Amino acid sequence: MASSDLLAEPAAIASPTRVNDFSIQVATVNGSGSQTANLVLLRSIFQMGVPVSGKNLFPSNIAGLPTWYTIRANRHGYIARKKEIDLLVAMNPETAQEDVRSLEAGGAVVYDETLKLDQVRSDLAFYPVPFDKIVAEVCPDARLRRLVRNMIYDGVLSRLLGIDLAEMDKALTRQMKKKAKALALNLAALQAGFTYASEHFADRPVPFAVSRMAQTRGLILIEGNEAAALGCLMAGVTVVAWYPITPSSSLCETLIDYLRKYRMDPETGKATFAVVQAEDEIAALGMVVGASWAGARSMTSTSGPGISLMSEFSGLAYYAELPAVIFDVQRVGPSTGLPTRTAQGDIAFAAGLSHGDTKHILLLPASVGECYSMSIEAFDLAERFQTPIFVMTDLDLGMNNWMAEPFPYPEAPLDRGKVLTPEVLQAIGEWGRYKDVDGDGIPYRTLPGQFGPSFFTRGSGHNAKAQYSEKTDDYTDNIDRLLRKFETARTYVPQPEIDQQAEARIGIIGYGTSHWAIVESRDQLRDESGVETSYLRIRAYPFTPEIGEFIDAHDRIYVVEQNRDGQMAGLLRQELAGSQIAKLTSVRHYNGLPIDARSVTQEIRAHEARMAMPPETSPEDAIVGAEEAV
Amino acid sequence: MSTPAVPTPPKKVNRINLEPATYRGAKTTLCAGCGHNAISERIIDAFYEMGVEPTRVLKLSGIGCSSKSPAYFLGTAHGFNSVHGRMPSVATGALMANKTMLGIGVSGDGDTGAIGVGQFVHLMRRNLPLIYIVEDNGCYGLTKGQFSPLADVGSTLKNGVVNDLPPIDICALAIELGATFVARSFSGDKKQLLSILKAAISHKGTCMIDVISPCVTFNDHEGSTKSYAYAKDHDEPVNEISFVPFFEDISVEYEEGSATPVKMHDGSTLVLRKLDSSYNTTDKLEAIRTLHETVRRGEFATGMIYLQPDATDFLSLLNLVDEPLALLPQARTRPGKAVLDEIMEKHR
Repeated sequence: MASSDLLAEPAAIASPTRVNDFSIQVATVNGSGSQTANLVLLRSIFQMGVPVSGKNLFPSNIAGLPTWYTIRANRHGYIARKKEIDLLVAMNPETAQEDVRSLEAGGAVVYDETLKLDQVRSDLAFYPVPFDKIVAEVCPDARLRRLVRNMIYDGVLSRLLGIDLAEMDKALTRQMKKKAKALALNLAALQAGFTYASEHFADRPVPFAVSRMAQTRGLILIEGNEAAALGCLMAGVTVVAWYPITPSSSLCETLIDYLRKYRMDPETGKATFAVVQAEDEIAALGMVVGASWAGARSMTSTSGPGISLMSEFSGLAYYAELPAVIFDVQRVGPSTGLPTRTAQGDIAFAAGLSHGDTKHILLLPASVGECYSMSIEAFDLAERFQTPIFVMTDLDLGMNNWMAEPFPYPEAPLDRGKVLTPEVLQAIGEWGRYKDVDGDGIPYRTLPGQFGPSFFTRGSGHNAKAQYSEKTDDYTDNIDRLLRKFETARTYVPQPEIDQQAEARIGIIGYGTSHWAIVESRDQLRDESGVETSYLRIRAYPFTPEIGEFIDAHDRIYVVEQNRDGQMAGLLRQELAGSQIAKLTSVRHYNGLPIDARSVTQEIRAHEARMAMPPETSPEDAIVGAEEAV
Repeated sequence: MSTPAVPTPPKKVNRINLEPATYRGAKTTLCAGCGHNAISERIIDAFYEMGVEPTRVLKLSGIGCSSKSPAYFLGTAHGFNSVHGRMPSVATGALMANKTMLGIGVSGDGDTGAIGVGQFVHLMRRNLPLIYIVEDNGCYGLTKGQFSPLADVGSTLKNGVVNDLPPIDICALAIELGATFVARSFSGDKKQLLSILKAAISHKGTCMIDVISPCVTFNDHEGSTKSYAYAKDHDEPVNEISFVPFFEDISVEYEEGSATPVKMHDGSTLVLRKLDSSYNTTDKLEAIRTLHETVRRGEFATGMIYLQPDATDFLSLLNLVDEPLALLPQARTRPGKAVLDEIMEKHR
């Protein structure tokens, strides 16, 4: 019997107030198998054709601490985090009371009946469920109950929200198809939850509902780390050296799985790649640099603390001109910081990572699609510019599931950059490893064991022929050429994405995952206050001329980012004219949670209100004026 | 009137028709009399005599006096003077990228024993095919003579400062960590060092060679345990080494029982004549015991300390294709569209 046959007439449930526009928060304990239940819930809404996003808020711990998973379903396609929680699934006794108190009035709570949460507030709809009793009926083996208990709330939600149970079955089967016994148990738990809700809540109104749409047709759901790993696979990476660190571990782990599956020589079964789990991040980047020196496409992935350790090798790779692809899946710093929370806090640090005058190329993906495409671009840029490329993603993008168009197969061939060939040698006459023969700052390199003269690679001072030199002119000529190379990069890196509204006096600049909150915030500003805005999304550093032009075209610019110090605004100030700098205001969000639209809207609105007030002269201003008069 | 032409003597070449000069590097900038220069000379001799094509060699180093020396040998080989204490990781990456190259890394006692001890540990564990030479003078020469962690207890600096911390015995450490070729020599012992280096070229795995190499400027005085005089007096060879390369058809004469022939990876033969009747180079416990006993006697053991000629090396473990990874064309490193489609389908 198909589970969908059990669907009661929808009329039995009073007409819901909000269709395809609400957020669910599931509060559990980590290590209790809630991830499966949450992904099934996310995926089943996605399969119903409703735009959806899921964000995991988890502790730096293996088992036993509170964890929250937030799902937002939105018919308009808004997928940024939303602060307000509409529907709570309270499975964790420790946080239940507080979780209930955090709900919006008119919300709903599905909870373990023993928690008696209906006594906490009276302005919510409550749905008590006897989880222990139900799980005992479904799962005779007491030891396994803990792992299937959470699937019951999926069944309950299926019934309450009108998510087709067949879609839940499908999503669950997809996740557990290799474990027949576990699948059978979980399917039974799902069904039991659905049945319980049908029998007990059929006559209760539910404030929210899911209704079939066609907004997700053809789309995929994927985590950013996996998307980046796919990019590395398609970029033809051959050497991977990494060290485990949250939130980047799954990037290399997924990549390794793909390499093992798709990159064994069909003839011999031998690997066309080498992977090492290094002893630390220093060694990881050392291996990457050594491999690229010998001509391999190599990468590593890390997060804040690892990036700190990589600074010396980053400087070496910049100064000795060696390619490297480094993924920084950013988390909250400084120091150990909040290892399982998101931020854009490494931007300024990565841009100049090393002692001495150093400038690195950064790529700034905002979506899983860009995690994929920019990974491929990163390898091309690394070899084209013979320098490290930092792909700055973050925990929110890397470790959460996002909807996307399926990734396109790369059209362009790999760009292996300027490697000396007999033809080039004939054309340029005399080769020097660090000689700028094309005027773009990029020299030709030779690779060990291949065509062309050898040279000595070093992190110490060198002249155009790669000979050791402490001569002042040799140093300045070389370091100036590196700057010229960086200027050339402006025309190669991904260009900004611009939506310029002719009427808009306000411009918003953002990058990375802030994008989703900005898109929604612009609609809020327009629909709620009639304020039109333009928007420029930075996709790379070095900056491109469009940014200056965009600033010039507007009266006020809000730079939105997820760090305390307005790091991107700081990098912009280094390059802008004084009149442009005066237009910048930072909108900063740095509490470790993904940025939400409402926060951006409120901050811009408050600042606009201050701008509209007549300027007052404070006593301090008067004193300054007096001093100047002297 | 013409003078009869004097025939020019034939040029000295090795088995691949290269002259000794091909194996030389830039002029040294180290101090006159520095032990490191003697080691560079032996490296040149070993590669010339073994007939290794210099352009098939990767030379690597970290930072310090010793790390400058790759510039002074095999001038036509690609070299990489990396960062302090981190050469092992760079060598690991480079050899993974091109497993057909022969790697030689030069480090120092500070570069290895202090800042680099972490990477040293993991290099030994992995058994990467790399000749890893520690030019060991017990001090930091480039920063004017501070102690390194390899300096002996009681050794003094020129200004009278006494070292009161025990040294790291990197030979014992390397054996403990799983290194498969561990030797110690003295920069002044031409014959022994040359034999060890030739054997190292024949070995497939990490060759850890600790070479006592006195610093004439900062650590060659009375009271130093790494001076020329001290090394000459306290050098205690555990064996006498004869090396017969695979391309020379020579049978070695040795007394049964007193000498052991060891077959190297490339087919060469290493004959070890025992100086101490109980010493067995392939016995780990024996090697570590001997190292401790010589230290107790105030001596240092030299020669072939430990050898495991047939252990699996790191690159073999990776089961790589025959061609260097660095040279693989796009057709072999970028999967076809069907692969991406299959993966995308799974995420729908």
